[in-house]
Amino acid sequence: MTPPILQVEGYGKHFQLHEQNKLIPSSHNVNFTVHAGHLTALIGPTGAGKSSVLKGIYRTYLPSAGRILYRDALGHEVDLALAGEHQILELRRREIGFVTQFLHCLPRQATLDVVAQPLLTLGVERPEARQRAAGLLLAMNLPQRLWSVSPATFSGGERQRVNLARGFIAKPRLLLLDEPTASLDPKTAENVIGLIEGLKAEGTAMLAIFHHPETTRRLADQVVELAPPPAVEELLKEIA
Amino acid sequence: MNKILEVRNLGKIYGPGCPQCIESTGPDADTNLCPHCGSVVAIHDVSFDLFEGEILGVMGESGSGKSTVVKALYFDQPPSSGAAIFYDRDKQYELFALNAAQQRWLRNHRFGMVYQNPHLGLNFNISAGGNIAERLLMSDLMDYGAIRERAKALLARTEVLLSRVDDLPKNFSGGMQQRVQIAKALATQPPLLFLDEVTTGLDLSVQARILDLILEIQQELKTAMIVVTHDLGVIRLLAGRAIVMKYGRVIEAGLTDQILEDPQHAYTQRLVASAL
Repeated sequence: MTPPILQVEGYGKHFQLHEQNKLIPSSHNVNFTVHAGHLTALIGPTGAGKSSVLKGIYRTYLPSAGRILYRDALGHEVDLALAGEHQILELRRREIGFVTQFLHCLPRQATLDVVAQPLLTLGVERPEARQRAAGLLLAMNLPQRLWSVSPATFSGGERQRVNLARGFIAKPRLLLLDEPTASLDPKTAENVIGLIEGLKAEGTAMLAIFHHPETTRRLADQVVELAPPPAVEELLKEIA
Repeated sequence: MNKILEVRNLGKIYGPGCPQCIESTGPDADTNLCPHCGSVVAIHDVSFDLFEGEILGVMGESGSGKSTVVKALYFDQPPSSGAAIFYDRDKQYELFALNAAQQRWLRNHRFGMVYQNPHLGLNFNISAGGNIAERLLMSDLMDYGAIRERAKALLARTEVLLSRVDDLPKNFSGGMQQRVQIAKALATQPPLLFLDEVTTGLDLSVQARILDLILEIQQELKTAMIVVTHDLGVIRLLAGRAIVMKYGRVIEAGLTDQILEDPQHAYTQRLVASAL
């Protein structure tokens, strides 16, 4: 078997809130691998730190412990937990995508441009980028009359579709998915599952959290169960 | 991606300065005023890198020294200590080792600045078009017709009505004055642009359009920018990376989304928690 694209070893994350003088544990001792063309699913109860793992890999969170070894397109191994900011930005631009539960995008921008954005930053010409964006929005069943307006007024399900389309468009090498089908109607969810299968077949490695166990069962090649982190006292003993 | 600017240990002290200035000021001392000699330590030990086409946010409250950083780099106020190297195509310039003429040349040709106060960036005695012409003249464009055409194109790009090219800046609204300032700063297509609280004090709707304009320009021209602001929303919208300053020191630096979602320093945590 080829070496994994992503290997997470002993990942841990806790927040230190200075104002309240509190330590909030989030993830603890997480280990797993993700391979090209495979989907690894994270499962576990609320508070087990599933999202925190995704955010740590994307470096929206600074990991507190462990190594996040990523093998880039050139075959170099990078520890994402320690990589420089510019290197992370470059990987986000070219290789690592993240579809979060919420759509963060520039205000006042047409949906078509929001979705096309990752391609534009890679230097694809605007007409081609918009055309590919249109193709994805069509596959997501987003009504065409919405394409030219900003997603600001969209419903939860509509936003989620925009979010997914933007995450899929550049076909990243590693895609992080945080409950991508949670607020979709069954028919659209089915389309999204089809798109995920398509991306997998093209070689994208995926790490996902799914709302429905059924989706996990259908899409996951590997399932990793996370346990809630130990209480603060335990954690402190370990740190000390 | 290539580095365009490297800033190392930049410092600026107003006043005589004494050996205790540094240890007696900063976030831990909770002041930037030295109790021993009365000097103001505006900034101390500020270091960062800027890459081509990147937007770096500098955030902090009044008195944190954030404006002093860009004013030093734009040669408005010479720093007391530290170094900065500007990488321009195949050349590199040690900014604070240059003579006045060389510094002026860089200011006029390769840097652009947009101030919070349009009086600092614009000559209020000459027309909007004249302001841009002035910068083009300084950068060696001499033909009247060419200058006027270029000025018009720049004002059109920044959405200033062409019928107002010959109006004086004082007859413009605050938002329009900022647009003229941006047009003037961009006149020489500088690879590096400094923006000092450019939307502060403007109506929200005007702010939004100015920010949109800045983003469009950054995407079109790939201009590297340092954006100084106390507004977390502006940082979130514009900057990929940010540094947080307090009492003249950099207390935190990181990816913008990380600073906003996982701030490390107590002060940044308070700042983010108190954002509307």
